[in-house]
Amino acid sequence: MAIEEGGVPTVAVHTDVFARLARSVARVNGMPTTRQAFVPQPVVGRSPAELRSYIEGVDPVNERPFMQEVIEGLTRPLDEADTTGLSFDRSTERLLEPDAEENLHRLFLESNWTDFLPIVLPTEERVEAMLAGTSHSPDEVVGRLRPTAYREFWEFTVEKVAVNAVMAGARPEYLPVVLAMAASGLTGRQSSTTSFATISVVNGPIRNEIAMNPGIGAMGPYNHANATVGRAYSLLSQNLQGGSVPGESYMGSIGNVYAYTAAYPENEEQSPWEPLHVEHGFEPEASTVSLFNGGWWTLFGNGPRDSWEDQFRRAVTAVDPFTSPNTGVAPLVVLDPLSARAFVERGFDEKQKLAAWLAEHSLLPAREYWDNMWMQSILRPLAVAGVEPWASHLRAAPEELVQMFQPADISVVVIGGGTQPVWKMIGGSLRGRIVSVDDWR
Amino acid sequence: MAELLTVHDPRGYPPQVTGKPLAPRLESLDGRRVYLVDCLFDNSEAFVTQLQGWFSEHLPAVDTQVIKPRESWVDDPDMRAKIEADGDAAVLAVGL
Repeated sequence: MAIEEGGVPTVAVHTDVFARLARSVARVNGMPTTRQAFVPQPVVGRSPAELRSYIEGVDPVNERPFMQEVIEGLTRPLDEADTTGLSFDRSTERLLEPDAEENLHRLFLESNWTDFLPIVLPTEERVEAMLAGTSHSPDEVVGRLRPTAYREFWEFTVEKVAVNAVMAGARPEYLPVVLAMAASGLTGRQSSTTSFATISVVNGPIRNEIAMNPGIGAMGPYNHANATVGRAYSLLSQNLQGGSVPGESYMGSIGNVYAYTAAYPENEEQSPWEPLHVEHGFEPEASTVSLFNGGWWTLFGNGPRDSWEDQFRRAVTAVDPFTSPNTGVAPLVVLDPLSARAFVERGFDEKQKLAAWLAEHSLLPAREYWDNMWMQSILRPLAVAGVEPWASHLRAAPEELVQMFQPADISVVVIGGGTQPVWKMIGGSLRGRIVSVDDWR
Repeated sequence: MAELLTVHDPRGYPPQVTGKPLAPRLESLDGRRVYLVDCLFDNSEAFVTQLQGWFSEHLPAVDTQVIKPRESWVDDPDMRAKIEADGDAAVLAVGL
């Protein structure tokens, strides 16, 4: 659309599964009649002959010959709708029309404002009670979110965050954590076809003040604060960014279970290492929430035992290699306190040493490293442009080993109750996104 | 009669949408330069190659030029400036 705005007639070609999304994006950009032509999904993995058949075939959305759509899209004279575009105001009301409880629950469900689990209706009284959890004014703007770079930002206030916190079943004392997550600028409901989720780690005194559980079952459904803080972030991400509707504003092919709720406190008291937030320059007394973009994969293991190096080497090379300073996913290593202490006994007196070991051993043949959709789409252009380390990786012989991750890509946290020395390796990239909770008290 | 409840709208505040006109269309593509923009998605290069091949075979009077942004998912003002400076039309493939 930027090229069209520059005065050059343009046709955008998409695959058919993106039709609703493409038209929705065109509409909210004020150009609903943007010329679009469609080919069948997928383009990935199709041979030149198959792609030619797409081009010579019928547009499956417009149901006319594909090339006719392309040529007429560039030559068909404009009508009034084309020359004026579409202007409209989508202001949302502060309060909905009064209605019976049952009807309101149906409205929230059918409007895609829930996660399809029961919610608490955000009555004026409940929202007012929630707002007592922060000193900030209800009408203070907290931030802006959007599901993807192609869509427009929506703005939201403290009150709007409180509304979603009520819906999630959160308590007023949790609100500063939820506000910090909302202020991060990272949505928990990205539209990506890869089904991103956001995993949050809470550090500092707030964990104990709101009785979060960093121990037995911390990542499971065993604590009110853990469960509802994460759920509040999920709901607010959906509702404050303008939706997360499959086929329209959400395209994650398989979806992601971490998108229901994923907020975990670090077990600082049982960890042999400095807490995550201290590692990143915060004082131990500060309360923070760290947001990891990812959730693509989760591995599990026991130990470290004698063969731990083999196990970790296999684990770190089993995962998707796509990561960069801006996108993709690197390992977030979650260790039970027993596992963390066992690593200390093996010489890892700092957690950064474990991250460095994993990075050093994240070695994959260049052939396999580059045989990846996102490596081809996003990192190969950078490699071709000479950006390191990808330029060197692209020059490597097919069987030459290249390093998937850098130490700074990998995070290590301690969570769990010490009933077993176990670990998880979860896709999660921090990229410095640590937000002060204290700023939102 | 059931008690009526007043509840908050859980949605954020969307920006106002301002209409934008499409660029004037061409009477014909003959003799015109059409940029075929390879959006850098996996296999889009192969698709654009086939698209250029179709134009060569069926509309040889159209001057097609393949062009790529410097990165996928990121706006490339230099590429746009080139298309606007010496292009008559553009086809983006395969986007979104």
